[in-house]
Amino acid sequence: MLRFLIVRIMQGIAVVTAVLVITFGLMKAAPGGPFKTEKDVPAHVRANLEAYYGLDKPWYTQLGHHLRNFATLNLPDSYRFKGRGVGEIIAESFPVSAKVGSAALAISLLLGVPAGAIAGLRPFSIEDRLAMGAATLGVCMPSLVLGPIVAMVFGLKLNWFNVGGWTSSDDWVLPSLTLGLIYSAYVARLVRGGLREVLVQDFIRTARAKGAGEAAIVMRHALKLACMPLLNYLGPVAAGLLTGSFVVETVFYLPGLGQHYVSAAVNHDYTLAMAVGAFYAALICLFNLLVDVLQAFLNPRIGFK
Amino acid sequence: MGFVLVLLLCLLGPYASPYSETVQDLQLAASTPSWKHWLGTDSLGRDVLTRVLFGGRISLQVGIAATLVASFIGVTYGMVAGLIGGRTDAIMMRIVDILYAFPFMTFVILLTTMFEQSLTLIFVAIGAVEWLTMARVVRGQVLALKRQEFITAARGFGTGFGHILGRHLLPNVIGIVIIYGSLTVPGVMMFEATLSFLGLGIQPPFASWGVLISEGAAGIRSYPWLLLGPAAFFCSTLLFLNTLGDSLRDALDPREVS
Repeated sequence: MLRFLIVRIMQGIAVVTAVLVITFGLMKAAPGGPFKTEKDVPAHVRANLEAYYGLDKPWYTQLGHHLRNFATLNLPDSYRFKGRGVGEIIAESFPVSAKVGSAALAISLLLGVPAGAIAGLRPFSIEDRLAMGAATLGVCMPSLVLGPIVAMVFGLKLNWFNVGGWTSSDDWVLPSLTLGLIYSAYVARLVRGGLREVLVQDFIRTARAKGAGEAAIVMRHALKLACMPLLNYLGPVAAGLLTGSFVVETVFYLPGLGQHYVSAAVNHDYTLAMAVGAFYAALICLFNLLVDVLQAFLNPRIGFK
Repeated sequence: MGFVLVLLLCLLGPYASPYSETVQDLQLAASTPSWKHWLGTDSLGRDVLTRVLFGGRISLQVGIAATLVASFIGVTYGMVAGLIGGRTDAIMMRIVDILYAFPFMTFVILLTTMFEQSLTLIFVAIGAVEWLTMARVVRGQVLALKRQEFITAARGFGTGFGHILGRHLLPNVIGIVIIYGSLTVPGVMMFEATLSFLGLGIQPPFASWGVLISEGAAGIRSYPWLLLGPAAFFCSTLLFLNTLGDSLRDALDPREVS
């Protein structure tokens, strides 16, 4: 267990470092720089700025400097938002994304797990066909289509919610609903698949032979194993949802973390792009670790390897 | 079937259309769907249906080309890992596991800001990140295949590594590659649409479905048909591709008995 944790944490650190290095490399390779804008900055001003941020040094010195800063959590300033630390920017926008994301996760599980379970328990029945039909539609409905439609129906036509911005307390509803509906489709398919796979196995037949009731079979024996594919899927998805979806945050004009991925890249904001990428990668590693620990508890055959 | 229909429509449709994708008719700007313009016109008076068909060409082109790139990388990687086996295989698959944790979207966004925007860049970039699942699937297949007699026989004859890969293994994994390929295409198309939606993919005046949907979403309050037309085409294509892939997989998967 301890060995497992140590190995995984080392791996996580390696991933985050690789993300930092690759992001830095890509940003450096891109033409232009944080202070090369269309507006003509006088050469000496730019030279001063670049010297201030250490941009005049060779790339390996800069990279080493950045890595040392991130390793010691001495987070640098953003190049774009003068005088603001990247940590501060993340701390400000992450709660927005996390609120929308966790609500979306809850919606997708509340809708998807029951639908998938019903479908998986009665394969090829009417319920199954309905649930899976809806799920297939959901899988084919990307957020860039569903988002605007949800905004139009509930926001503009019915006028139940604001569309755009983060001002009133229920602004999380529509974005969460959009994401939740989409992911519930994937969840339902995974739960159904998992159940179907488990319910034909020998130990279920043994349980039936011992005279266990159908409910007990599903609850005590099948569900635990049937959740495995779902759990595996949820690790990266949870990280993705919490850190914000680019599209949904664009559609609903949310001041979340997702917007910074795009704007930092476009603005050549090296430090912000590196910080946001590393934050996301760290969250993915953390959730994957959680998933693996949960899996080991649910299925002792997997164990900690 | 449905997918073939969409493919034919996008290939031939533009020739049948009396309108051009780029010619503007400001007199007719933003008119609702009618007999003359089945899906209406956009704010510059361009026929939406024609634009959707042209956009479909680009979207499908990116989807298929990026899937080919992804399949090429994934198949090569998976076959080599599976055939060598042992420690090399363990390390190569560990790398794939770790790559799953990478925020590829940010890398692709960085790539698109780096270079002159072009179709080639987009599908190479998307292909370079979408090969992981393919590599896993192919490697599993190769592990099962390489214990069979014909591979042992080939080895016994002293057949070279490359020859075994290309001549003996490749024909046997091609089926599963096609299945997962057809499931990769919709994923890639969504990826491209997301990029274009954010303004980082296909640049105007060319339009993929992602671009059209993004334009439609921007004007949804006044001109909902600009969103609904392209969105309907996009979603039904994804639906056709997903059901095609699913049914191919079910047909070839012996475990799932219906």
